[in-house]
Amino acid sequence: MCLAIPGKVASTEVKDGIRTGRVQFGGITRQACLDFVPEAKEGDYVMVHVGFAISVVDKDEAERTYALLEAMGLLAEELAPDGAAPADS
Amino acid sequence: MKYLDEYRDARIARALAAEIRRRSSRRWVLMEICGGQTHTLMRYGIDELLGDSVDLVHGPGCPVCVTPLETIDRAINLARRTDVTLVSYGDMLRVPGSDTDLFHVKAEGGDVRIVYSPTDAVNLARSLPDRKVVFFAIGFETTAPAHAMAVLQAQRLGLKNFSLLVSHVLVPPAIRTLLGSPKNRVQGFIAPGHVCTVVGCRDYEDLVREFRVPIVVGGFEPIDLLEAIRMLVIQLEEGRAELENQYVRSVQYEGNRPAQEAIARVFESADRKWRGIGSIPESGLFLKPNYAAFDAERLFDLADICAQEPAECISAEVLLGHKKPTDCTAFGTRCTPDKPLGAPMVSSEGACAAYYQYKRHLVTL
Repeated sequence: MCLAIPGKVASTEVKDGIRTGRVQFGGITRQACLDFVPEAKEGDYVMVHVGFAISVVDKDEAERTYALLEAMGLLAEELAPDGAAPADS
Repeated sequence: MKYLDEYRDARIARALAAEIRRRSSRRWVLMEICGGQTHTLMRYGIDELLGDSVDLVHGPGCPVCVTPLETIDRAINLARRTDVTLVSYGDMLRVPGSDTDLFHVKAEGGDVRIVYSPTDAVNLARSLPDRKVVFFAIGFETTAPAHAMAVLQAQRLGLKNFSLLVSHVLVPPAIRTLLGSPKNRVQGFIAPGHVCTVVGCRDYEDLVREFRVPIVVGGFEPIDLLEAIRMLVIQLEEGRAELENQYVRSVQYEGNRPAQEAIARVFESADRKWRGIGSIPESGLFLKPNYAAFDAERLFDLADICAQEPAECISAEVLLGHKKPTDCTAFGTRCTPDKPLGAPMVSSEGACAAYYQYKRHLVTL
């Protein structure tokens, strides 16, 4: 119920006094309200929940976190003793 | 899809799980609050990946599950009226009331419509001026700003035929109730990332201080959850109790100010009943008196509709983390997603439903 999906803002417009945008989720495009993310612009990724963008994905933080996780993954694999890796999930 | 696929990388998941197992000197009891997180943990078998290092218990964070039985009965009562169009999110339709559900009322000719967004409900009211359109507004803090905007938009458009049946709950009062219980065994929490995206982290910091319990704000993908669990285990092993944010790509400490302003304009907090748990002080959002014209409870005189929950259901203990779904004698036999006895089995995000869907092999039939 509280899920929000990241999508890319393709275009923005003001309609009935509300700022909306066309947001792409993979191959699907949907209209979303952008009133809660006034800073969102074309090309940004936004988290969309029930048709409302609730945050702009922080690209730098996402990349930094992911790079750390990836480095940890590689390191852990190199250091893992034989048989330590669990079965495929 | 970007920001989804990379957080499902099995190689990183295995490394994180190995790190958690290596770091744990004992079996820590951790709770995720949000039903979406419960679903991810079960779907990807994260509990099994962690072995004995962590005991994951599941919190009350499924708004579909905790909507009180009498509120469902009120929605059913509205849907049966010939002048009402009841609009709802799809997952509410199969939730049983005292004697039927909205799906059956629809099949019997009730005007029940499913929407993806509250904006669709407002548009429906515009296109059906002769119908009384009632939107069944359920949710946590994540959904509240969208519902507030629907009311503001209806007001701006001068709609006289649009109202909300509100069942809104707040997460921090539920955590406070849980931590205050003498039966509590939860040692660390994964806070719900999208709730915190909207309201920020301040309330969770208060809980950390008040109860000296570590809380990590977590995302919804397998890697997010494993990383949040790792951060909690490290805190517990080091004897720390702090608020940390794993879900930095979406959550800022202050949250989303415009969304908070929309909530504050339209809603106010008061005591709210949770299905399976009972009343929790200041845990609900209600329409402010100056938006009474949009309040279906006032417009349709629903206060007399009350209901008793089934006695056999142990949902209160499941929702508070005291018991696992599989501890229930009715689980998978007298209580299934098709014929649920109580709250956590009613929605696909409920803990019992998630166990049933992904662990049914454990049930001895």
